[in-house]
Amino acid sequence: MVKQAPMPPGYEGPGFFATTLDKTIGLARANSLWPLPFATSCCGIEFMATMASNYDLARFGMERLSFSPRQSDLLMVMGTIAKKMAPVLKHVYEQMAEPRWVISVGACASSGGIFDTYSVLQGIDHIIPVDVYVPGCPPRPEQILDGIMQIQELAKNESLRRRNMPEYQALMDKYEIK
Amino acid sequence: MTSIDNDYLLDILQEKLGTDLYHSETTYGILSIEINRHKNIELLTFLRDHKELQMSFMTDLCGAHFPDHKNKELVVIYHLHSLVNNIRLRIKCFMPETEQVIDSAVEVFPAANWMERETFDFFGIKFKGHPNLIRILNMESMTYHPLRKEYPLEDASREDKQDKFFGR
Repeated sequence: MVKQAPMPPGYEGPGFFATTLDKTIGLARANSLWPLPFATSCCGIEFMATMASNYDLARFGMERLSFSPRQSDLLMVMGTIAKKMAPVLKHVYEQMAEPRWVISVGACASSGGIFDTYSVLQGIDHIIPVDVYVPGCPPRPEQILDGIMQIQELAKNESLRRRNMPEYQALMDKYEIK
Repeated sequence: MTSIDNDYLLDILQEKLGTDLYHSETTYGILSIEINRHKNIELLTFLRDHKELQMSFMTDLCGAHFPDHKNKELVVIYHLHSLVNNIRLRIKCFMPETEQVIDSAVEVFPAANWMERETFDFFGIKFKGHPNLIRILNMESMTYHPLRKEYPLEDASREDKQDKFFGR
């Protein structure tokens, strides 16, 4: 069964449909996100279940996972990030083109989790901005899907020119991302 | 071929080291000896080149910190293995915190290179004569040696852990 995305609000008449450009593009973006999985531990295993046929990430227009940051829209960080890996993660984020979103899956990526120790980054939001946090240790695939749906809501409703907003610039400056 | 056991090994070591052998014991079937740390390279070379023992394999080199042992706070531990005789030996070299220097074993066993860097990284023990004594596992920007007992295990940048939630 093919489920179609709902139509954005607009004016409909015989042979035409008028709506705003940002709603149309938001609709397209939200239903064709290309995620980049950055999976380092058990949350990554849960993500594999999320991807596979039972939970089927492809339903959300994510049939193809992108392993190139330049082509992806959504960075999914799943698992413990060691301090030594932090510059690598930041580099991956910097290589992504706008628009880009970040989802932090699981306790370790969000806050360090049980690894409150000298070698582990205490939450990826120390180095890159995060849009959605998914709690759990590890979270169930349903929770990861819920997080992805939250990202879709953001993609649908955000301004097309988010990167030109002063708030966004301030956020990037805070993380020292050019 | 005669089999070599721990007693025979200890006899050879006692003859070689004399008063520089401070203590010996057998734990889990492996002989452990405590020696004068200035004799470490001499002993490692002797054991490696010994015709009969042939302890040619350094399986491990690590450090430990015992803050309560007066003047013996830090220790470097060598594990040797004789592949021919299938016998192992543990060598401990204690040192005071005020003088945390020991001769590097890289010249004797090249395997010691990275293990000495690791020991330096985590305990701050300096290995004299090491060709490249820099951190190996931790961030280069780290300012302390994290496995020393005076440093807290918990990370200082943690934000969500408040003492009141843990009854502290």
